[in-house]
Amino acid sequence: MRVLRVTTAVALFLGLVGLVAVADAQQCPKGKLRLYTSWPMQGAMLPEGTGMKNGVDLAVSEVNGVVAGFCLEIVSLDDASPQTGKWDGAVEAENANKAVGDPLAIVYIGTYNSGAAKVSIPITNRAHMAQVTPANTYPGLTKKRGAAPGEPEIYRPGGFVNYFRPIPADDIQGAVAAKWAKHLGVKKVFVLNDQELYGKGIADVFEATAKKIGLPVVANEGIDWKQPDQKPVLTKVRASGADLVYMGGVIETGAQVIIRQMKEVGLVAPRTRFMGPDGLLEEELLKGATCDAALGTEMRITFAGLPFEKMRGVGAKTYETYKTKYGKEPTSYALYAAEGGRVIVDAIRRAAPQIEKAKDVTEKREAVRKAIASTKNFEGINGKWSFDENGDVDYDTMSGFKIVKADGPVGCKFQFETILE
Amino acid sequence: MNAWEVLVQQTINGLTRGAVFALIALGYTMVYGIIELINFAHGDVFMLGLFISLSWFTLLGVTKTLTGWQLLTILPLVFILTMLTTAALNVAIDRVAYRPLRRSTRLAPLITAIGVSFMLENLALLWKGPAPIAYPDVFPSVDILREWFGVDSAIFVTTKDVLVVGATIPLMIALNYFVTRTRWGKAMRATAQDRETAQAMGINVERTILLTFFVGGALAGAAGLIQGIYYNIGMWWMGYQAGLRAFTAAVLGGIGNMPGAALGGLFIGFLSAWSDQYISARWTNAIVFSILILVLVFRPQGLLGARSADKV
Repeated sequence: MRVLRVTTAVALFLGLVGLVAVADAQQCPKGKLRLYTSWPMQGAMLPEGTGMKNGVDLAVSEVNGVVAGFCLEIVSLDDASPQTGKWDGAVEAENANKAVGDPLAIVYIGTYNSGAAKVSIPITNRAHMAQVTPANTYPGLTKKRGAAPGEPEIYRPGGFVNYFRPIPADDIQGAVAAKWAKHLGVKKVFVLNDQELYGKGIADVFEATAKKIGLPVVANEGIDWKQPDQKPVLTKVRASGADLVYMGGVIETGAQVIIRQMKEVGLVAPRTRFMGPDGLLEEELLKGATCDAALGTEMRITFAGLPFEKMRGVGAKTYETYKTKYGKEPTSYALYAAEGGRVIVDAIRRAAPQIEKAKDVTEKREAVRKAIASTKNFEGINGKWSFDENGDVDYDTMSGFKIVKADGPVGCKFQFETILE
Repeated sequence: MNAWEVLVQQTINGLTRGAVFALIALGYTMVYGIIELINFAHGDVFMLGLFISLSWFTLLGVTKTLTGWQLLTILPLVFILTMLTTAALNVAIDRVAYRPLRRSTRLAPLITAIGVSFMLENLALLWKGPAPIAYPDVFPSVDILREWFGVDSAIFVTTKDVLVVGATIPLMIALNYFVTRTRWGKAMRATAQDRETAQAMGINVERTILLTFFVGGALAGAAGLIQGIYYNIGMWWMGYQAGLRAFTAAVLGGIGNMPGAALGGLFIGFLSAWSDQYISARWTNAIVFSILILVLVFRPQGLLGARSADKV
């Protein structure tokens, strides 16, 4: 109790200091810079949207809102359409144009949905403005692996990288999963994919990595996920003698059917197990009659990054700070928003001399973009990392989840099992 | 598993898969036979059959696996209730969307059928939402060879497989009896052959068409229920896909020909299961439709299409 009271007191004190500092900073010797954020801020997305906004606020408040004499101001925009409550391309384009048109705007932070990022990246790119996302994981936004034809160049009309993500992209999961499978003692894998961008991208990376590390892959089969009967494919899996089914897909594209029918054709542990990416890490998957089958196949799932409560160093500290500051658990991407904010603050600090010398706003933005691109050995929430030439992080720290029995109406849940590196 | 066991297992898989196609295909072929309408909404009636049967189970308080006497009472009851509901739905669709167009060009009801299909899909979307719905595991799944006969084989035959075949075949036999041996069936066959003459002979043509939609809807409902019990999952968009496969089955067998539709359904079931095994799942659709094209090129009337004399 005493410890708690002391922490609260310290937090209160720090908060006061922060307030005083913010008041002091009103002088802003070198002027003002604006950070625009854009993601859904209404309806079902309001908690996550607020969480991410809190994350950015946290990063800015750590420097009391001032970097190298520049005052930072956050402008929070909503890219959801009021009619649907979901992200909307037209609204997102409007937001990006608003940011680009503001002479004080220096960085664009967003989006939440990869589809929305496809709209805004070309707009910010033309304006040489850096865009940092706390949440987009679709590989095609930054790289060829797991991308559609023409990606990611179509998002870079200026021919340079202006879009950065301090969060691992989806395709990395395939590589990490292959290593995990080998570590678990798997002898032979049958890879299935839903023939969609996310699923096939991950499955292909899994296959390539598995072959590289000497884990035999029987086949990488695209299934017709609209067909509710996958028994023939699973019979083929059984005949092949594979002891792991790796499925690249999301819960909407047949994974539920695959897991249930695995049990029905006798593909259960220890004979055959199941593994998949975080598109399957949803409670919805387990509802209904899936628990028995999921437990039977010892279902395992990889998840990009670490769960907040397992984070170490900077991550653990950020997690505590967030909880103290906002009085609740961070939402899924809140700490990645904080990480993005810190990357920006760090870049502005390094680019300060160029920003001062810049003749126009485009040069200012270009200076910050270059500084972000050259982020190296950054002390992040998942450990030290650098941006690669695509604007992606170069770490592949992931966590592994396993299905376990649980009380409650569903009867099972995903539980953290291990850190994968 | 040795090569023979794989073949046997895939054939069993194909049989269960094909039985459901066949049941849906029968509804297509019956309606086509009588009013020459490709009823695109039929697949969606099947999809609603699954949802409706789930509602009946819920209404009767069934959430877990049925046991003993329940299998003999509740299950047949739900079969009948579901079939009646979807039959009524199909009749209502005919009344609202097709009957006013009975004397217009053949293209008009075809377009309304597509419209009805979209309406039913969106109705299901509104009703159950976009996520796949979980269907309770109402029917006990027992590994027959191992648990009943003590045979340790690599082949799996479950009670659910038996249910699919065991429910489909009696339905088909009953339908065949109805069409070939009863007065109503005779009226249907007469109407199918020549509507005007049938009317002149005193057959109430509109009532016969209504009856056809009723029976077709009931079969789609039964197929929906079987699908739900067998796969334990339902999606609002599944009607389109199932309808397409079933329509292919009906054309393959010779559209308008009932044994042909059943045969076509089974044929596609076997073909797709074998293709999944011996070629690749991603080629299965291409292979099924290539075979369809080949059959239509060399035998445009379909596999059993020649027997058009007793076409329904």
